[in-house]
Amino acid sequence: MAKGVKPRVKVPKTAAAGDTITIKTLISHKMESGQRKDKDGNKIPRSIINRFTCDFNGQSVIDVTLEPAISTNPYFKFDAVVPETGEFKFTWYDDDGSVYETAKKIAVG
Amino acid sequence: MTVTKLISASALVLIGALAHAGEKDTLTVEGQAMTTRVAAQAHTPNLDEVFSGWIFRTDETQALQMDDFENPGFVFVDKGIDLYAKADGSEGKSCASCHENVEDFAGLRASMPRVEDGEVVTMENMVNDCRTERMGAEAWKWSSSDMTAITALIGLQSRGMPVNVKFDGDAAAQWEKGKELYYTRVGQLDMSCSNCHEDNYGNMIRADHLSQGQTNGFPTYRLKNAKLNSIHGRFKGCMKNIRATPYKEGGEEFKALELYLASRGNGLTVETPSVRN
Repeated sequence: MAKGVKPRVKVPKTAAAGDTITIKTLISHKMESGQRKDKDGNKIPRSIINRFTCDFNGQSVIDVTLEPAISTNPYFKFDAVVPETGEFKFTWYDDDGSVYETAKKIAVG
Repeated sequence: MTVTKLISASALVLIGALAHAGEKDTLTVEGQAMTTRVAAQAHTPNLDEVFSGWIFRTDETQALQMDDFENPGFVFVDKGIDLYAKADGSEGKSCASCHENVEDFAGLRASMPRVEDGEVVTMENMVNDCRTERMGAEAWKWSSSDMTAITALIGLQSRGMPVNVKFDGDAAAQWEKGKELYYTRVGQLDMSCSNCHEDNYGNMIRADHLSQGQTNGFPTYRLKNAKLNSIHGRFKGCMKNIRATPYKEGGEEFKALELYLASRGNGLTVETPSVRN
């Protein structure tokens, strides 16, 4: 598991039904591209987050493929329509097989 | 050429400079109002008004600091929180072993640096004293990522409090030394701090918008290097820009300069961790 990985998410706690809300996510990750060499000339192996997904009550909201050119601490901001009370589930997939998860509840009323 | 023409020409330049300064902008961070401009004080006779560096940044950079989620400095504050609780050194102690609540440091950053026994003591000195004397751990390098993460975390506890650095009495000698350095021209370009940050704040130096060089937001996240920057690290950058040989980080010169600069920002609120370009 890569070092110092910590997901952070910002979702409003409440919304009206059918509202479009803005979600912000950030995961601290070094996003080593695999293109760099260390001081002895050896390639530093690639280690990035390669996929990010967000689900709402089991329904996919966004599914992103990340490439090596994406810089350190990848940040995503996107809009979503909330039809009902539920939970947003966020998942990041690391090259090394680690999966980082976090979830946020939102109340519609 | 008449005198009136000259005066109107210089008035135009002045208006231009002020318009650049975005001085009408007001900073609120997570709903908390910050003081980004205060009246000049007796010890800053050459400033019309004291401005936080935030005033001089573009709208986009300014917005980053207004929301803790958007502020990239908080990635490092999070790291600081982990470090704070992590035991290190031969004594098996962490910061939290003695200082249980980091909130207890509220107000410390606003009063730093201070002078003890004729020596300037900075946040970095205090952290390293704890590490070497109480924890039995190795001192951190002045601008290392661990050091800036901890100084950002401790500084954050004072966010929104007005800077109030003591510079009279015992501190006067060091303060005078810092002032001397501030006005001394050095390097191949033969420039002093004051040439840019006092005579020309609000103006552009090539693509850079000159601020007053206030220290109230340090350690500061800079977009150019995507990490937290210490005050002395920033001094070094300035000195390289004027093609001078930088003084040593943590040395007597930089510490005296830090004291003098901090006093120039008395009244501004602590913005740690601020976002600059």
